[in-house]
Amino acid sequence: MKFSTTIIIGAGQSGLAMSRHLTDRSIDHVLIERGEVANSWQTERWDSLRLLTPNWQSRLPGYAYDGDDPDGFMNVTEVVGYLKRYAGASGAPVQARTKVTRVRQVDGGYEVATDQGPWRCRTLVLASGACNVATVPAVAAGLPPEIASLTPMQYRRPEQLPDGGVMVVGASATGVQLAREIRASGRSVILAAGEHVRVPRVYRGRDIKWWMDAIGAMDLRYDAVDDIDRARRLPSLQLIGTPGRETIDLNSLRKAGVEIVGRLAGMHDGKAQFSASLPNHSALADLKMNRLLASIDAWILASGQEDRFPGPHRFEPTEIDPQIRLGMDLNDGSVRTVIWATGYRPDYSWLDVPVLDRKGRIRHDGGVTAAPGMYVMGLPFMRRRKSSFIDGAGEDAADLAAHLNLGLRRSAA
Amino acid sequence: MTTTISTLAKVNNGVNVTALLGAREALGQAPEAAQFKWRASCEWVTGTHSRSVIGNFFGLGAEQPRDKNFRVEADHPKVFASEDNAPTPVEIVLSGLASCLTAGVAAVAQRRGIQLHSVKATVEGDMDIQGILGMDDDVRNGFDGIRVHFDIRADASEDDIKALVAQSQKRSAVFDIITNPTNVFVTVN
Repeated sequence: MKFSTTIIIGAGQSGLAMSRHLTDRSIDHVLIERGEVANSWQTERWDSLRLLTPNWQSRLPGYAYDGDDPDGFMNVTEVVGYLKRYAGASGAPVQARTKVTRVRQVDGGYEVATDQGPWRCRTLVLASGACNVATVPAVAAGLPPEIASLTPMQYRRPEQLPDGGVMVVGASATGVQLAREIRASGRSVILAAGEHVRVPRVYRGRDIKWWMDAIGAMDLRYDAVDDIDRARRLPSLQLIGTPGRETIDLNSLRKAGVEIVGRLAGMHDGKAQFSASLPNHSALADLKMNRLLASIDAWILASGQEDRFPGPHRFEPTEIDPQIRLGMDLNDGSVRTVIWATGYRPDYSWLDVPVLDRKGRIRHDGGVTAAPGMYVMGLPFMRRRKSSFIDGAGEDAADLAAHLNLGLRRSAA
Repeated sequence: MTTTISTLAKVNNGVNVTALLGAREALGQAPEAAQFKWRASCEWVTGTHSRSVIGNFFGLGAEQPRDKNFRVEADHPKVFASEDNAPTPVEIVLSGLASCLTAGVAAVAQRRGIQLHSVKATVEGDMDIQGILGMDDDVRNGFDGIRVHFDIRADASEDDIKALVAQSQKRSAVFDIITNPTNVFVTVN
């Protein structure tokens, strides 16, 4: 059996950032990766995906973007190349093509069983990602069998879909992006939108991600939030990274010819039922967006920088069709494919340590689990709002590496 | 933190937010206690006139007795050749929606430290009665649409008041019941 003081499961941005900090502290470690570095990026994303954060914001410990397009958005190939170069530059000890099959607690640490043989470690970092499994709601069971049913992890491009109309369920970043490109391919698209978060790509001359970073919103700590469970459940921002820095929201999709309906609330006898709550979900999203814009305006004013940026303005409220439909018959052939853009969750099926709650989520305090020496990384709002972003991996890794190091020294003493 | 507490202390909308938050905390530990059953029984009086009695409900793992039973009567107006002893059931539904949203506004306002001075909701539902009269199968029995208008005076900005109303809808049981389908099983002895 091989031994390493620390085992990091997963060699994406979180694992690599942690590796860098452990190296800096001379803590011997290994990253166990089921594929190659940045595996999920490489194998589980659709073709057109680009990062939602500008290139300059892909900051990692001891590493930064140095290309000639700092305000652009990396495509998946570029992200994979970026992370691979980072792994190389930091000399990250990656054990690639090694799939973890089981993790259990043993005396003084953990045993990590893999398809390449077992490992032992004293401390363990779960950096296997927040988006391993696409979540599909229970109503999907009522879908007529002749309609193709896909998750975003199976979707690659519009041409792959059967001919005919497409219903995209879910209007967060994934759902709005897929609805946009499938509609642009010439198909009819219905988008079922529940609770969503609307933001403009650009406000007052700067990228929204630039603003959220500048005003400190991305640095907001988990222990400073009134209701962290709710903050962690918040859907992803409706954003798309395009060279033209376009805004994507229900209004832009509607203009592009996408039919917007409410949350998919039921499916009976092949008939889909849509919630009538879309006007309120849209009103909530508009109000929330305006609160963010107001906080940006306030920050500019308070820092005396009014002259540096164009003046404040507000965007058109979300337009709702007063005759919005509440149901449709899926047996009539108009929809041939349904894509479930209804969220993702981590996969802990291999984790045999009692740290999960009744809904299968890992219990942790800012990434520190109740199991001694076990940490998790990269989950939404884990320690900071930016925890699940490439840009957030570094600070979380610094904090958790310090905690991990302290634990090792205590147990050694 | 200090500022939040002092703001909340000054605001009194008659809602015990601390107790509600405490309940949420407790139910997080024991989710089975969150399973409630609400009930009503209804007895025919005569014609379209009926009388419902609303008493015990089940929740927090036990039958919850009440100090008294409530009676809710329903009838139909004279244009339906009825006696108009009480509101129609559909008006009671509208009233239920308005009450639920209004209670929500008060609770959210208390939670957000907003002092309310007055809250008035008016509700109107459109109905084509060719549906209930069985004259046209393309016309549904229920409402084609419902409009709720809130008139709220409070110590808050216009957007903050709009956000209260939006959040109230987001957390409203009756709003959910009306906007989403529900399985209904009717049996007879």
